[in-house]
Amino acid sequence: MEVTPNKHIAHSADAHGHAHGHHDHDHDHDDNFWSKYIFTTDHKMIAKQFLNTAIFMAFLAMFMSLIFRMQLAWPDTKIPFLEDIIGKWGKDGKLDPGFYLALVTIHGTIMVFFVLTGGLSGTFSNLLIPLQVGARDMASGFLNALSFWFFALSSVVMLISLGVESGPASGGWTVYPPLSALPQAIPGSGLGMTLWLISMVLFIASSLLGGINYITTVLNLRTKGMMMTRLPLTIWAFFITAILGVLSFPVLLAASLLLVFDRSFGTSFYLSDIFIDGAPLDHAGGSPILYQHLFWFLGHPEVYIVLLPALGLASEVISVNSRKPIFGYKAMIGSMLVIAFLSFVVWGHHMFITGMNPFLGSVFVFTTLLVAIPSAVKVFNYITTLWKGNIQFTPQMLFGIGLVSTFITGGLTGVILGDSALDINIHDTYFVVAHFHIVMGSSAIFGMFAGVYHWFPRMYGRMMNKKLGYIHFWLTLIGLYGTFFPMHFLGLAGMPRRYYAFTSYESFDALVNINHIVTVFAIIGGLAQLIFLFNFYYSMRYGKKSVQNPWKANTLEWTAPIEHLHGNWPGALPEVHRWPYDYSKPGAPEDFIPQTVPFSETPESNTSHDH
Amino acid sequence: MNILLILAVVFGTLVLVRLANVAAIASKLSEENEAAEQESANRWNSIGMLTFLIVGLITMFYLINAYSPLMLPVSASEHGVAIDNLMSVNWIVLIITFLITQILLFFFAFKYKFNKNRRSFYFYDNNKLEAIWTIIPTVVLAALIVTGMREWNDITNKSDKMEGLKIQIYAKQFVFTTRYTGADKNLGKTNFRLITDANPIGVDSTDKASADDIISNELVMPKGGEIELVINSRDVIHSVYLPHFRVQMNAVPGMTTRFFFKPTMTTVEMQKETKNPKFEYVMLCNKVCGVAHYNMKMPVRVVEMDEYNKWLKSQPLVFPLATDSTTAAPTATMAAATTVLK
Repeated sequence: MEVTPNKHIAHSADAHGHAHGHHDHDHDHDDNFWSKYIFTTDHKMIAKQFLNTAIFMAFLAMFMSLIFRMQLAWPDTKIPFLEDIIGKWGKDGKLDPGFYLALVTIHGTIMVFFVLTGGLSGTFSNLLIPLQVGARDMASGFLNALSFWFFALSSVVMLISLGVESGPASGGWTVYPPLSALPQAIPGSGLGMTLWLISMVLFIASSLLGGINYITTVLNLRTKGMMMTRLPLTIWAFFITAILGVLSFPVLLAASLLLVFDRSFGTSFYLSDIFIDGAPLDHAGGSPILYQHLFWFLGHPEVYIVLLPALGLASEVISVNSRKPIFGYKAMIGSMLVIAFLSFVVWGHHMFITGMNPFLGSVFVFTTLLVAIPSAVKVFNYITTLWKGNIQFTPQMLFGIGLVSTFITGGLTGVILGDSALDINIHDTYFVVAHFHIVMGSSAIFGMFAGVYHWFPRMYGRMMNKKLGYIHFWLTLIGLYGTFFPMHFLGLAGMPRRYYAFTSYESFDALVNINHIVTVFAIIGGLAQLIFLFNFYYSMRYGKKSVQNPWKANTLEWTAPIEHLHGNWPGALPEVHRWPYDYSKPGAPEDFIPQTVPFSETPESNTSHDH
Repeated sequence: MNILLILAVVFGTLVLVRLANVAAIASKLSEENEAAEQESANRWNSIGMLTFLIVGLITMFYLINAYSPLMLPVSASEHGVAIDNLMSVNWIVLIITFLITQILLFFFAFKYKFNKNRRSFYFYDNNKLEAIWTIIPTVVLAALIVTGMREWNDITNKSDKMEGLKIQIYAKQFVFTTRYTGADKNLGKTNFRLITDANPIGVDSTDKASADDIISNELVMPKGGEIELVINSRDVIHSVYLPHFRVQMNAVPGMTTRFFFKPTMTTVEMQKETKNPKFEYVMLCNKVCGVAHYNMKMPVRVVEMDEYNKWLKSQPLVFPLATDSTTAAPTATMAAATTVLK
């Protein structure tokens, strides 16, 4: 094969080895295992690295959730094999209350950061940005590889923290000081917390390296004709997400560093007037509220860092499979921009009852509820895209529809939580757990699944099994709603989150039934993921070979050869002549017109509104 | 309980066995079958969409109906009633929106399944429609925002207007303590450096206001009293959560937080209301504060005013000898009180 002339991959001497598919026997002596799979700078391989790491982390975090769900449903029952799995923390099948908190904390941390931030953006921004904007690779392949390696390192540190003597971090994924600052307060705030902070610092570095790369690539490496208004919504979503990350993650870094100082160097940013372990501490003048402000200044944009890529993937998948242009392309971009902007001015809604000035509370109610407007626009646009469509029910389409459904359900309960007066009584209850697991957890993971099923052929050159995909979807949908919907009732009954057991509260006895239902559905949903796991790795090796454009989609990635090559396209880069959503255009012979087809070739379908 | 666990495991195993079959069958399918295959998938999945919608909605309303008796009883505080009303208004708006959008979503998915003889409607933009679904949510939300904010301001702005019956709630890892004012209606100053076994709140004995302060290990409030909770913590963040009163406020080390409210139902009245003679109010810690967080609570009672006054007299003073001596040597009574607290 020929070496591509593009300057952006001038750094990659090993370029031509990537012409071979992932599983073909490699005859190319320039390319060994290390340079191909490990220290690669090829965005497609880096995307796979992110995805596989994220899948591993996701299963780990899901497994943790099943352990604590069983504890919550059957607090008095011994869990068989528990001691074999988690050792001293599960002595005689009884989960240790401190380790329960650790599981909750690490489950949240892994899911939010490692799966839905690193895994989702890392996989799909990497895979799709160069392929959909028509670039040879990311702006900097080296920084991109570094981004993955920081991510991998950060994952390893997080995993190591699970094994330390005093246990992993256990103050909840938000790690509020003073609890997280004082090892006297909880064992998990010892070495486990130190490792948590190191892991997060590495993660932030990874996220920033990725983010600046995504932004630069979208702005500078678009191929000829790829105007910003011709970008697929996926790219818009990744682009806006990357900007959010670059602006907000440094604030988390600041929050973490100040916490490190408080923990290890005797400063008092977050600590004041503390008497613990029979002695007063010398810290004076700090405020725990400061940490919450800093944390949620990242924490809220983080919700959209998780959600926007999923919405972007769903936009593409829903449009392709409805064989219909996405409705309101510009409104979709506009609403994402508005959501992104608002996400920076709503963080206080996590703090209505933390002692923040109540006047600030009212300001945050106002900004928070405004988010509902662009979100409503997005939902109606998705629904209108389905209307009079011609829907192909592929697994990715099912997950796309599932995403819209959970986005609605979870979004609506957000209106209640965002209303400070209503928040008073449901703050930190299971209502909150239900809300964010549906709107952020489920929607984002549905978007991720939609993306995996849709772009699997692009990643591995083979198709995933559809039937298994259908079973996976329906069990997941039922599992998720069955798990998280009943939690609303627990919250409305005043049940606090992060409780190891409710056995000492007579008023909650009647609710134990709901906890059984939740746990059984969680187990069903968990088992359904094994189907996915099997399908993913089975299809990688034995799946049906993909054709060039299996979903008959318009975007550029389907014009690149199935066999991966470093540089994406042999010869010249494709040129773009139209927007990506010309599906079922009246007059056109096929129900799709790829972006590379010039208007001069489609006189029969051209209109005066073409863009 | 175990049956459910076993069922889940059995179910999971069955699924996995089925998986292997499906994978084997699927790999046999040839290219020609693929279109027919997709057609049948479209049919089954579109039916699935409609079924999920119908079964889902029925289940939802069934659950709402079945579980509403388990929800919190009528609010035992004045502002709580207003919060509950606001909540009901919100639910009406949200459930209507939920029904409209979910029904449209799943119904369209059901109705517009693929048909090779048909083309989608090439419909990519409509300013009028988009204006409608931008403006309607804006108006509805504006109404919700305004009513919500008014309620919030009513609840939180009381500190300027009124002088409540001050009750301090002092949190430490895994115990709440309450402190009541005496005749002077003021709480004495505290300082965390003064904390000792005998003085678990660190009350400053040199402050005149602390002389008649009363300490207790339960929260007792008079019905109809304007209560001002003065909330502090000595170690980590805790949260004072009184679900039956729709009250919640974090206890933050290094600062004081407050919550004003008026209990309107005594414990006895609530026992009648809930038809549960064993009903008791409870205060929970609702911010993760350590390993025993889940057991951090305090009993709460609301009684008539005269009973309240009688109860208050029976509780120990923080410094039983404070009137005689500012050094406040711990006495037997005090030691007894603190043992209870521990």
